[in-house]
Amino acid sequence: MTAEQIIFLIVALFTLGSALMVVTTGNLVHAALWLVSTLFGVAVIYALLNAGFIAVVQVVVYIGAIAILFIFAVMLTRKDLRDQGPQMNSNWWLGAILAVLVFAGLAFMLQGWSGFSKTAAVLPSGFDAVGLLGEQLTSPNAYVLPFEVASVLLLAALVGAVYVAFNKK
Amino acid sequence: MNFLNDPLKVAAAWLEGIFTGWGMDAVAAHVLVVFLGVFLLIAILMVLDIFLVWVERKVVARFQDRLGPNRVGPFGLIQPFADIIKLIIKEDTTPEGADKVVYNLAPILSMASVLILWAVVPLAPVMLGVDLNVGVLFLIAAGAIGTLSIIMAGWSSNNKFALIGGFRQVAVMVAFEIPMLTMLMIPTIFAGSMNMNDIIESQNIWYFIISPLGALIFLVAAIAELGRAPFDLAEGESELVAGFNIEYSGMKFGMFYAGELLHAFTFGGFWSILFFGGYRFFGLEQVSPFLAILILVIKAMVGYWVIMWIRYTMMRIRIDQMLAFNWKFLTPLSFVLVLVTALMNALLSGADAWLYILGMFLSNVIVGWVALEIARSVAQKERERVEGAKAVEAAPH
Repeated sequence: MTAEQIIFLIVALFTLGSALMVVTTGNLVHAALWLVSTLFGVAVIYALLNAGFIAVVQVVVYIGAIAILFIFAVMLTRKDLRDQGPQMNSNWWLGAILAVLVFAGLAFMLQGWSGFSKTAAVLPSGFDAVGLLGEQLTSPNAYVLPFEVASVLLLAALVGAVYVAFNKK
Repeated sequence: MNFLNDPLKVAAAWLEGIFTGWGMDAVAAHVLVVFLGVFLLIAILMVLDIFLVWVERKVVARFQDRLGPNRVGPFGLIQPFADIIKLIIKEDTTPEGADKVVYNLAPILSMASVLILWAVVPLAPVMLGVDLNVGVLFLIAAGAIGTLSIIMAGWSSNNKFALIGGFRQVAVMVAFEIPMLTMLMIPTIFAGSMNMNDIIESQNIWYFIISPLGALIFLVAAIAELGRAPFDLAEGESELVAGFNIEYSGMKFGMFYAGELLHAFTFGGFWSILFFGGYRFFGLEQVSPFLAILILVIKAMVGYWVIMWIRYTMMRIRIDQMLAFNWKFLTPLSFVLVLVTALMNALLSGADAWLYILGMFLSNVIVGWVALEIARSVAQKERERVEGAKAVEAAPH
């Protein structure tokens, strides 16, 4: 195993372990903090894939904004932060079977893909990944339409939030 | 390649030579040397941090017409060491009902979020930590960890004051991240890169001169991010006693305190890197890397001094005023400024250098002036409304 693979395995185990803690821990704030560590693990995986921009954006958006909002929402809406409800409902076995099936299906599909066993190509020095990403996102031949649609969606969400919160006098 | 021209690489190569000479694997030796480099940088920063306590106390004393620490050692220089000894031998308390792991993790994360910033700081043309192509965004990402540490401290202390202080601080940090992130786009537009070193290298003229408004908004957002006056209502003593760090004692409190001072110094450094040319000063940085580091530290100290100057001359403002100031004034202004800057950059990209600088400067001045005029007229109306209401109240019924 190369050093990169060992690092990947450690990070992947850390991410999966944290994700498991998110759903099994009883304390809601602890769950949110475990979620932060899961998201951080995902950011590290992005960084391992040479996707520095996505990794940093992952930290900024998911940890800096969304996870903080989660914690805020939990703290402001719950009367008792130490609430200890049951972790499972009666459908837990269905969820487990579905998860195993999805994992098996994905593993089966990827087995047949030629890129599955390849190691990542080494990027040439001076490779401008961020510039290329920016060009792809704004080029009419590439992803400008999905990009704009996503922007409109976010704008609609913003307008909706303002409408809900607006205090009609 | 000799030591004086490229000290970092020479020292690293020398150490790696020694380690491999001992029969160590080449990769392991490299990892060990990088680790030692990080360790050295952190050690230097922490020692600097000790003196920042003294600098801060001396400067605030000057602003408030006092002497500051002056008993222990020459000019009170030994005072911070006495303080540290006091902090270390203090009783380490944990409040009842506190969430122990989160409670102990928060000060560490708070300090780490500052130290991690130095990974992307270019100290000299040949001394870069990580040559990250998204260095500018890294600043915000590290800030996100700082925000997290504060909410962790506020929640885990099991104290109302700490929780309210944490909420306030996080509300401020999340809000002011937006103008800060937007203002980071301005050096990015000028330099055509998000890499810190590229931004410095492309500053043949300080970006402060091209975009003074951008530099100003960045400074305001940085001060809010630091939680310093006039934005220090997270620790409003009169209402919250001490804010999110109220339950921490000894060195755990020391971590928050030292982290805040180093954070201020670091933001002074980033201000100088993004808008004042970083380690560049009329070609002096090419003479020796040590001179370049000295220039960067002096510029960072000047930035830190400006932050202290604002802190100790302004009064604290209310949380609603601060959030209104951010969402209704600073955020729209920074969006408009980025739009105008990007537009002017596209229009003037082929023009002469002097025309480019003049056009950018003037567009900044115009945007700033229009924003101030709008704010003035809104404030005027608000004042008239309040005074009108008072007049009605005062009138005999």
